[in-house]
Amino acid sequence: MDHVTERALQVATMRGASHADVRTVRRMEERLSVRTGRVAAASRREDEGFGVRVLVDGAWGFASSCRLTTAEAERVAARAVRIARASARVQRRPVALDRQPAQHGRFQTPVAIDPFQVSLETKVGDLLEADAAMRAAADLAFTDSTYRADREWKTFCDSNGTDVEQEITHTGAAVEANAVDGDEHQRRSYPEPEGGMRAGGYENVRGLALATHAGQIAQEAVALLSAPQCPPGRRTIVLDPTQLYLQIHESCGHPAELDRVFGTEASYAGTSFLTTDRLAGGFRYGSELVDIVADATADGGLGTFGWDDEGVPAQSVPLVREGIFVGYLSSRETAPRIGRSSGGAMRADGWNHIPLIRMTNINLLPQPGMSLEEIIQDTDDGLYLVSNRSWSIDDRRLNFQFATEVAYEIRGGTLGRLLKNPTYTGITYEFWRSCDAVADARSYQMLGTPNCGKGEPSQGGHVGHACSGARFRDVQVGVGRW
Amino acid sequence: MTLAGGSRLPLAERLLRLAAAEGASEAEVVVMATDASLTRFANSEIHQNVYETDVVANLRFVAGRRVGVASSGRLDRDGLRALAETAARIARVQPEVDGPVVLPEPGPIPEVAGAWSRATAAATPERRADGVRQGGAEADAAGVLAFGSFSTSTDGLTVANTRGVRAEQVTTQSRLVTICMGPDGEAGYGEALAVDVTSIDPASVGREAAGRAVRSRAPAVLPPGVYPVVLEPYAVVDLLDWIGALGFSALAVEEGRSFYEPGRRIASELVSTWDDARDPAGTPTAFDYEGTGKQRVALIERGSCAGLVYDAATAGRAGRRSTGHGLPAPNTYGPIPTNQFMAPGDAIPGEMLEGIRQGLLVTRFNYTNAVHPKRAIVTGMTRDGTFLVERGEIVGPVRNLRFTQSYLDALAGVEAVGRERRLLAAESGSCVVPRLRIGAWNFTGATEH
Repeated sequence: MDHVTERALQVATMRGASHADVRTVRRMEERLSVRTGRVAAASRREDEGFGVRVLVDGAWGFASSCRLTTAEAERVAARAVRIARASARVQRRPVALDRQPAQHGRFQTPVAIDPFQVSLETKVGDLLEADAAMRAAADLAFTDSTYRADREWKTFCDSNGTDVEQEITHTGAAVEANAVDGDEHQRRSYPEPEGGMRAGGYENVRGLALATHAGQIAQEAVALLSAPQCPPGRRTIVLDPTQLYLQIHESCGHPAELDRVFGTEASYAGTSFLTTDRLAGGFRYGSELVDIVADATADGGLGTFGWDDEGVPAQSVPLVREGIFVGYLSSRETAPRIGRSSGGAMRADGWNHIPLIRMTNINLLPQPGMSLEEIIQDTDDGLYLVSNRSWSIDDRRLNFQFATEVAYEIRGGTLGRLLKNPTYTGITYEFWRSCDAVADARSYQMLGTPNCGKGEPSQGGHVGHACSGARFRDVQVGVGRW
Repeated sequence: MTLAGGSRLPLAERLLRLAAAEGASEAEVVVMATDASLTRFANSEIHQNVYETDVVANLRFVAGRRVGVASSGRLDRDGLRALAETAARIARVQPEVDGPVVLPEPGPIPEVAGAWSRATAAATPERRADGVRQGGAEADAAGVLAFGSFSTSTDGLTVANTRGVRAEQVTTQSRLVTICMGPDGEAGYGEALAVDVTSIDPASVGREAAGRAVRSRAPAVLPPGVYPVVLEPYAVVDLLDWIGALGFSALAVEEGRSFYEPGRRIASELVSTWDDARDPAGTPTAFDYEGTGKQRVALIERGSCAGLVYDAATAGRAGRRSTGHGLPAPNTYGPIPTNQFMAPGDAIPGEMLEGIRQGLLVTRFNYTNAVHPKRAIVTGMTRDGTFLVERGEIVGPVRNLRFTQSYLDALAGVEAVGRERRLLAAESGSCVVPRLRIGAWNFTGATEH
């Protein structure tokens, strides 16, 4: 335990905290962007600091600082206690935490090629090559090729004796081709528009082979300009993993956050239709093919770690089993309210924010039977939707609408022409109940987003989603007037 | 005193000297410091209550036609030296860019009034807790619960570059958001934004949200369709946010992804908008993240495209001067309007509903997103107070609806503009906006509450 942490815990406890925890975090981020053949951004950012969270008189207080000194530790811990006492002035139900055994140890993301040791020349060169491949393949308005690596060193200690240390590394890259004609603007991206991030090192970027895929997406972006508009109607849709992951994120991950259920995110992100009576009542969330887990131990996920930011060990928690809603993402404060122990889903964005219930890796498990290709072959008339373009869902996570970059028509089990501006919409549980095929493990892959917004002040979260692709029947597509 | 309220210029000067020692042909330092507190409440009690103090220095290092950017929160001697070395190393391995890299020259920086408040800078957790209690009392009286946040912050910004730019300012801001919800799912919204926390009346915000929640009880089901709407200012902010970001950035125009064309008619003649960070009616700031003084930029003049916002890079390529809308380097997103205003009209609240045979009064939108950016087609949901209007009168609440609507078509369909305006937080900065009546709004789906 370092001096700052030790002093902060001492001061918080001396001033009356019944629980105190201290996280010290150092982060390093590297960003590269090549835009239409030009290096538009090359940057590195480092920051460090610590946050002190306390419970006093059953109420929370939190204070944080970028100055890692023992004097600052005393000031910040005292401030956290004062804030908690102010919280206690407007409180109706004292906070109670579940009991957790003290944890000790170290976790490190497995990294084959340290992204911060790969030369900048190599990384810029890889992006320039991919960017050039896009522009050589088609007449594009602009391109964007991006690389990002984030590393976080953090320690967590609490007044219960937990003392753990983690080093987490996320790396990714992506290419995006944009074609414009009049008021039509079409985009195609690879591997997906969120930047292709995974846990791990530069091996992730090498594995993407950006330049190899760049030509195809460039040509598709241009082809979409003259493609027919996706017509409205009720259709069978097959979602590629590059769209399905965000469907899982918005319509399963967020509503399964137990803080939303209890209203503590109501003022910003909203609440949830997955109320606790639905847990007790065995609510049918989806068809029998739908098995969804929150797995913080999954390989390569942006939600993979050793312990959450309350010091609870990483675990795999079933959320939906054979279509029945069975569990939540939870914390030490919320889990006891439904008679359970924390599922280890409290995560904070840096040293200066409190942990919130966040997704870990919310994975739709593959089902034996058909590969994704075989599902398409098994579809007589439908749409194959690839790569997310936009998303929206209501404040209880029921009515959603997504757009994808492209739709491929399916006729007689064969992929046909491109359709542009595809959209689809539905009600979460009706949609998941209409799932009649989930692809097997052959297309199962880990995707995710490093930009999940939640909380006030707003926090960004890195969350993972593994999936293989799935088919849904009788879905409304082609929304709006075009 | 922390660096948010004090001078950060000595730090910036030190970093410029270190950049010069590393061989920079030009350099720019941006120091951003914040002291921010936020008290969050749910179910009429405080459940999160946080404070942070942070300082970050951002160094844009130019080596001929190469640029590297590094930033750090480690601002001791070793940390600053490491920052300069990192930025230099990044710059030196870049391929050369086309054309010279030119940092902004010093220019006039406007005097802005009303950007800082002593009361906000000194606000305590006890003060915020009292505000939460006042709003909660209004909720209690109405039989609903209060959810929201009450924040106060002090932000310091300093920009210095090797061309002689030296700009420094301190601003404060306070925001109170309240959603009231009842046992049957009824919900109402209220919000206040100000530089000075003492100008926020928590009881008034709570009363507005609670009243709207009570009026939202037992909503009727309305089928999706095209309806005329009256948008409260909270919803109008969303309109301006998207229109500003999608259309009025010089980079968006440069890359062909904007609907903007000089003089193009995109809105009703009743609509005029502009960006003006100097206006004390908004959230004033004097300069941007490149140290360029803020200019007032007309965006829409009586329905027609009138101007764009520029940063140094887009202005340089266009052969003109930045309007003071640069973001911190490296910025691939381009300049954006951050202090938008919409001109008031002459309609008083009651008149906004006149002539509507069947339509909707929308309090605010939720989770909007661009479906087709160039046509400004946006989808989202209504939230926290959606009401049916028949024959010019509000007849009751309805369940929330999804829309898929071109915001350009919406602006073209503006039939009335409210006389009163509100200062509200926007996705990017703030907006000062009135109510709007729009002839047709395309609702494409419904939900269960």
